[in-house]
Amino acid sequence: MAYSEKVLDHYNNPRNVGALPKDDPSVGTGVVGAPECGDVMKLQIKVGANGVIEDARFKTFGCGSAIASSSLATEWVKGKTLAEAALIRNTDIVQELNLPPIKIHCSVLAEDAIRAALADFAAKQEKNA
Amino acid sequence: MTVKLPIYMDNHATTRVDPRVVEKMLPYFSEIYGNAASKTHAFGRAAEEAVDKARVQLAKAIGASSDKEIVITSGATESDNLAIKGVAHMHREKGDHLITVCTEHKAVLDSHHALEREGFRTTFLKVKPDGLVDLAELEAAMTDQTILVSIMAVNNEIGVVQPLAEIGKLCKKRGILFFCDAAQAVGKIELNVEEMGIDLLAFTAHKMYGPKGIGALYVRRKNPRVRLEAMMHGGGHERGLRSGTLAVPLIVAFGEAAELITVNQAEETARLLALRERLWSGLQSQLQHIFLNGHATQRAPGSLNVSFAYVEGESLLMGISEIAVSSGSACTSASLEPSYVLKALGVDDELAHTSIRFGIGRFNTEEEIDYTIERVVDVVTRLREMSPLWEMVQEGIDLRTVNWTGH
Repeated sequence: MAYSEKVLDHYNNPRNVGALPKDDPSVGTGVVGAPECGDVMKLQIKVGANGVIEDARFKTFGCGSAIASSSLATEWVKGKTLAEAALIRNTDIVQELNLPPIKIHCSVLAEDAIRAALADFAAKQEKNA
Repeated sequence: MTVKLPIYMDNHATTRVDPRVVEKMLPYFSEIYGNAASKTHAFGRAAEEAVDKARVQLAKAIGASSDKEIVITSGATESDNLAIKGVAHMHREKGDHLITVCTEHKAVLDSHHALEREGFRTTFLKVKPDGLVDLAELEAAMTDQTILVSIMAVNNEIGVVQPLAEIGKLCKKRGILFFCDAAQAVGKIELNVEEMGIDLLAFTAHKMYGPKGIGALYVRRKNPRVRLEAMMHGGGHERGLRSGTLAVPLIVAFGEAAELITVNQAEETARLLALRERLWSGLQSQLQHIFLNGHATQRAPGSLNVSFAYVEGESLLMGISEIAVSSGSACTSASLEPSYVLKALGVDDELAHTSIRFGIGRFNTEEEIDYTIERVVDVVTRLREMSPLWEMVQEGIDLRTVNWTGH
């Protein structure tokens, strides 16, 4: 399979790999996918008092396109408000990374990971309200 | 370390043509270019002589008692189809049942599926966790209606060697024909159709340092005389079993490739075994959580299939892109399903996604093995650092207890 330049760049120089403290109330964590399906993504956001995502981290078990999709997702959510981050669509990721049809599920998983992280953060807020 | 890149270590897929083979083949394009069927003139007779010589070389490589038992085809896929469909169609009156194994090559499996659409029945035997056929299960599956047992010699994904002689004995006892797909086996393991009781055997040049597009089917002529229905009709070449003008240069090359094997097999086997051992012990000494797929010792010498837990296979291939190997990961196939062979062994889908097949061959060197170890260790380590599964395992989480959101 021929990879796009952008996928190769994210694979070779992944942005924001790592972990944020998942018990921190300002951190939302999303884990999506399943090992038996061949991809698992963990995406975390750290949200400031102003509702803006200050930082993001990811770890991904998956193919190069899955790694690139989640790396790109962390880049994109940083600096966005929660509402803005919720508007990121998998099709945007497909377009940016030039993903072939067989890799579209990687972008879907990245969108799911963003939503799961947002939902986790919202749940924490509600619990602490 | 000075290693020439890229490194080819995918010798299950195909092999480089040995330069000695190329040299033998070349004159048959523009100097000795007759049609081997043109027996009335010198051009044709020279071509026929070359083909006859190759046929002897091929027969010798598999222990066949006569060169008349070699039917030239375009490759193992055609030989598989000819053997299975040819026997089934010829023996339809005798029985309608066939036996094969679920880890066979697709050419064998799909030939059976095609026959099932015509009304034949097939038993697809399961394999043990080491990839080998259970002989008791094979014997139990045999019925009075069984006309053919098709079991490969060496598996193309995991390299395990099936107990051919024992299978041959069971078939003989029940008067059932035994067909063996030996595409991955000729030149890799000792093969002898007489000693192993093999009635039909498929092999191909490009897996044994010969060119692509040429193969053969061994068809036993004595004890018993195997009869087949042809698939390709025409000028009656290959004693009516496979019509079509013989590809003389390719056949000469195939014969020479077989000759090199016959002469050098013991030495080559020892060398490949040493390289494989070096690779496996090198990986094991530096990486935890890696698993060998398939039987540890009953395997072809250059073959190593390893699961690197918590690292997806395709992402690993991407990281070692200067080394040509292949993966059982779904992401490397069009189907999004991981390898059916690994699944048949009972390997978890999760580990199947992390498997890499190393195929060491005649032209690989120790330096290449050392380079491969170093690069695989580096990339696996890097990818594990970014693997959420590795992180969970380090935290002591049992991945089986996690409620995954499959998609």
